[in-house]
Amino acid sequence: MTRKISVKRKLHSAVIKALMYISAALTLSCIVFIIVCVAVRGVGNISADLLLSSPSYISDKIGILPDILNTVYIIIATLIIVLPLGVGAAVYLTEYAKSKRIARIIEYTAQTLSGIPSVIFGLVGMLLFCDFFGMKTSLIAGALTLVIMNLPTVMQTTRESLKSVPQSYREGAFALGAGKWRVIRTVVLPCCVDGIVTGCILCVGRIIGESAALLFTAGFAHKVNGMIDGLTSPGATLTVALYVYAKEEGEFGIAYAIAAILIILTSLINLCASLITGRKKG
Amino acid sequence: MTNESVNHAKSATVKIETKRKSARKAKGLCEKAIYAAFFLTGLTSALCVVLITVYLIASGTPAIREIGLTSFLFGKEWSPSSGEYGILPFILTSIYGTAGAVAIGVPVGFMCSLYLSKVAPHKIRTVIEGAVGLLSGIPSVVFGLIGMSVLVPAIRSFFGIPDGSGLFAAIIVLAVMILPSVIKVSLNALDAVPKEYEDASLALGATPIETYLRVSVPAARSGITASAVLGVGRAIGEATAVMMVSGNAANMPSIFQSVRFLTTAIASEMSYATGLGRQALFSIALILFIFIMIINATLNFFLGRSKK
Repeated sequence: MTRKISVKRKLHSAVIKALMYISAALTLSCIVFIIVCVAVRGVGNISADLLLSSPSYISDKIGILPDILNTVYIIIATLIIVLPLGVGAAVYLTEYAKSKRIARIIEYTAQTLSGIPSVIFGLVGMLLFCDFFGMKTSLIAGALTLVIMNLPTVMQTTRESLKSVPQSYREGAFALGAGKWRVIRTVVLPCCVDGIVTGCILCVGRIIGESAALLFTAGFAHKVNGMIDGLTSPGATLTVALYVYAKEEGEFGIAYAIAAILIILTSLINLCASLITGRKKG
Repeated sequence: MTNESVNHAKSATVKIETKRKSARKAKGLCEKAIYAAFFLTGLTSALCVVLITVYLIASGTPAIREIGLTSFLFGKEWSPSSGEYGILPFILTSIYGTAGAVAIGVPVGFMCSLYLSKVAPHKIRTVIEGAVGLLSGIPSVVFGLIGMSVLVPAIRSFFGIPDGSGLFAAIIVLAVMILPSVIKVSLNALDAVPKEYEDASLALGATPIETYLRVSVPAARSGITASAVLGVGRAIGEATAVMMVSGNAANMPSIFQSVRFLTTAIASEMSYATGLGRQALFSIALILFIFIMIINATLNFFLGRSKK
């Protein structure tokens, strides 16, 4: 006895299905539109001259070499500081923390930290590092602000992979008479290099894309500096440079070129991260 | 002679014992130092949160006290040059903008994740998931740039208004920006629904679509709600992209008017404000922080429930 499905139910199903297809198509078309738009307007403007020179008012040209260098400096400085802190915190949580209470407090604060908008980080970074510690507007102040922002990311990814290290490895090493630190250093940490690298890559992605937190902490200067000078003086990263060129100076060609570079970089980073996590699963 | 050798052996063992003891002691001390170091790094994030909270409260309250809480929160006029510091326009703009973005972004994201999780063939799912990953990695300035140079002129010519930048443009940009996080979180929740639930519903004669809507979605309810709350958090905290498309005048919000959000109010005047005007910006940050804390607490509540 087969009963037919009523017209109303069929219609309902069809409408929902149509809505699903429309939503998926809409999402995909947004992404395609953004990529195509940036590619069409930006890629043509990327040239060796743009990449390898600094802006000059005399010859009235714009180059983004200083911005690229500043981005690299700020990434290096941030990673150097955030890695030990984030990995250390993750090790503490998984290996040492005996009291559940403290662990929960740390977890909760890390979660809170990852929800705070970047403009607030920028403001507090400005008050704390630039004014209170007297660093002025400089790349290092920006990097320290980014350290606070990225701490939860490194902690989270490291923790995930620390959790996946089998307990028997640790027990084996303890049974051989190794101390806790030795076990962590020689057995546990080498097993979770994958997670730490993923954390780093995600951090780099976030640093490249960050703008609001850097506007007040790292400033807008476009000057080619060495690493040490660069960190103590103000400088614009690629995103800040894009913002300034588009909003303040109306140089849309340059802005789209930077946007194209940023999208290429972030998609490469995405690819790396998914390759690493894919390898781990496989 | 025997006595002597025994003594000698004794002293040797004692020496070895003390050596071992001191080595163990040193090791213990070393372990303790390392423990302390890890403990301190563990506390960094807690310290940062405390620091941010204390700093915002300390620098945000003086201006509120000077202006008066009600005239600060409910004043409709913001013009530091004439001593008017009412942030109601910013608060309302943030609320309307976020509500608009969520009203567009969450249904689209939800439907898309339902499609990806239950209906889409494997190949299509991989493609769209990859694209969504890419979207989530695009820096917010790029959204702002496209909004500014494509969306704003399009709105201007489509609706025939003098300036396209305003609340409407901001809502569209924010809706696109929250899509990836909404899709990712609700996709995870929908994927985690046990297959048996769906099989049982199908066996009872429900159509696939009915099953998804009446069985899978309620089962993944907490995760889906969490995705919406996450979207709210993202939208209310976004600054750069919004600043590039919203026109940035301190008007009371209306759909096509140039408006200023809480975030952009901070960002746009920070570089040149002085005195009470600057202090008032910190107070705005404090208000924004309170909003975010409430949203965070809600998010944690739903995420915790979806884990159970």
